[in-house]
Amino acid sequence: MRSIVRLGVGGVILRALLLRSCALRRSVSKMAASSGRVLKSFVQGCCGCSSVILPSIARNVILQKPAVTVLARLVCTSSTLQRKNIAAAGPEKYTQEFIKKQIEEFNIGKRHLANMMGEDPETFTQEGIDRAIAYLFPSGLFEKRARPVMKHPDEIFPKQRAVQWGEDGRPFHFLFYTGKQSYYSLMHDTFGKFLDIQKYQDRMRAEGLFSQETKQVNLIGSRWMIKEELEEILVQPISDHDCLRFIQLLERILALPYCSMEEEYIQRFRRALEVQSKKQKIEPLQYDENEVAFSTGEGRRKTATATTIVRDNGSGNITVNGVDYLHYFPVLQDREQLMFPFQFLDRLGKHDMECKVTGGGRSAQAGAIRLATARALLSFVTENEVESMRQAGLLTPDPRVKERQKPGQEGARRKFTWNKR
Amino acid sequence: MAVGLLKKALPRLGLAVPAWPGVRCMTSRLYGTAAAQTQIHQPDNSVGSDKILTEPLKHPDFFRLSELFSLKDLFDARVHLGHKIGCRHRLMEQYLFGCRLEQDILDLDQTMEHLQQALNFTAHVAYRRGIILFVSRNRQFTHLIESMARDCGEYAHCRYWQGGLLTNANVQYGKGVRLPDLIVFLSTLNNVFQQHVAVRDAAKMNIPTVGIVDSNCNPSLLTYPVPGNDDSGPAVELYCKLFRMTINRAKDKRKQMEILYGLKSQND
Repeated sequence: MRSIVRLGVGGVILRALLLRSCALRRSVSKMAASSGRVLKSFVQGCCGCSSVILPSIARNVILQKPAVTVLARLVCTSSTLQRKNIAAAGPEKYTQEFIKKQIEEFNIGKRHLANMMGEDPETFTQEGIDRAIAYLFPSGLFEKRARPVMKHPDEIFPKQRAVQWGEDGRPFHFLFYTGKQSYYSLMHDTFGKFLDIQKYQDRMRAEGLFSQETKQVNLIGSRWMIKEELEEILVQPISDHDCLRFIQLLERILALPYCSMEEEYIQRFRRALEVQSKKQKIEPLQYDENEVAFSTGEGRRKTATATTIVRDNGSGNITVNGVDYLHYFPVLQDREQLMFPFQFLDRLGKHDMECKVTGGGRSAQAGAIRLATARALLSFVTENEVESMRQAGLLTPDPRVKERQKPGQEGARRKFTWNKR
Repeated sequence: MAVGLLKKALPRLGLAVPAWPGVRCMTSRLYGTAAAQTQIHQPDNSVGSDKILTEPLKHPDFFRLSELFSLKDLFDARVHLGHKIGCRHRLMEQYLFGCRLEQDILDLDQTMEHLQQALNFTAHVAYRRGIILFVSRNRQFTHLIESMARDCGEYAHCRYWQGGLLTNANVQYGKGVRLPDLIVFLSTLNNVFQQHVAVRDAAKMNIPTVGIVDSNCNPSLLTYPVPGNDDSGPAVELYCKLFRMTINRAKDKRKQMEILYGLKSQND
């Protein structure tokens, strides 16, 4: 990199030059202190080239402030020396002023957008913004995160950790020097609660009021938090081991008889389990001309699709594609598949069934009809029975399909015959 | 803080603040700053601040810490009890009073002197607004020590010590962090009965250390070793109480002195 050095104020140009040419940032402060020695070794040491200022002049430059033009010797650099390790700096950091400016720009932009869309700027909500952006910048991209978006900067820029210490250098948090202050302060507080419960117990024992039959914390229907959720609360990365330790401490608290004292604190770290059966969509019963209740269902298995209509007040007649099921499915196994939903719910002779099925083979069609029937029967049945049907596997579509053949093999798994020669 | 004034004060010192090798200044322990030291100009109360810093150094026991504890208190708190002969460290033999039924007994007279010096030093550091870090890897007393540190307004680290906390502070904490000015060990051993890494790291980083050394510990790297029991509950509670009272006294004294000399310089 060729440049003729024009020296201006102090060591600024000197530093800039060296930064540009060689990325030896740490040597800058040393350069200012011990100019000549390091420069010489630098020139000898590095295989690249850069402009070099003669040591004597450099020393003078730091002490006085003249504007001196110096003819530099041309030394060549190689690109490897100029390459910076960008990843080593860590994730990008945003200053407070930058974020504030972004928030101002966002607010002004929101008002402009409201004017453009003909809406009232005062009452323009985030949904309005989303609609406006979708209208003005229509995007057919599949990846939702790649589409244009206009949101409040707090949702876009990741939260930065504010500086942890004051002007005099003293950190704010008393556990700052552990490195994981929020996690260890959480452990400290939780253990404090444990000790409080123990002290209370000792007091009760001393007064003679201790009893084992105390109110227990209800843990049914909830689970402990996972590591990701804990990290979100603490705003700080933790390891699996740390998370495990914390859960163990909470379990220890729950083992005490008087743990209901801190029930509220413990429930903060539990998450409700979703009940799976509530996810099933149950169609309401329909009634036809003769006041008979019926319900429809659809099912798929491999390449077969089936639609069924299950009617109430029947006697167990099943018609498939207009043909009696005995003729359509000569094999016993397929007929068993058809009747399994009814048999499970003890409604064998109570319903009539009419279905249409296309595609697939005989087993696939039987499986498709079974799933469709189970879905149709959901409308006739109570919630507990829905849950038991789900656990029996009647409502789960079978995901198995024919595996594709791969090149270089005869089938999906079968390889060509191995020849020794 | 008047950096230059402290440098002038050092040659005039008595025994209160002995020189440890390589000390620059308590306030310039900013890791990663350049070599240049800024001159803080305080033309109004330069005389006052001078007095505030030099006045305590003229007295051997400025904070009257000898009234905080007596030999009987140490004995009642079982500070004199050491470990069995098999665990004895060679360098601790000088601090032993004797041995009874294969259990080492520490000499409480020596402990008194060492404890007095250690508490005095801690008080001076707290008076000059230094950062004090309490370290102990004894899991029995983690909660107690952390609560004590929080009450004093100082810092504690009674958890797993990650490797580069002192030596790689720029990377661990962020740029421009201020390292502790004093590390107090309430137990110098870690969970595997080896010397705590922080002892060696503090010596590397020129941070003075105060440590309670039991009969199985190595006192060589500590600036102010205090031979005493580090495993019994009453003993550690006594130490916590003493350190807390020392630091609170020192901070209160500092406030008093500031008011006193602040008023004086205003009057003058």
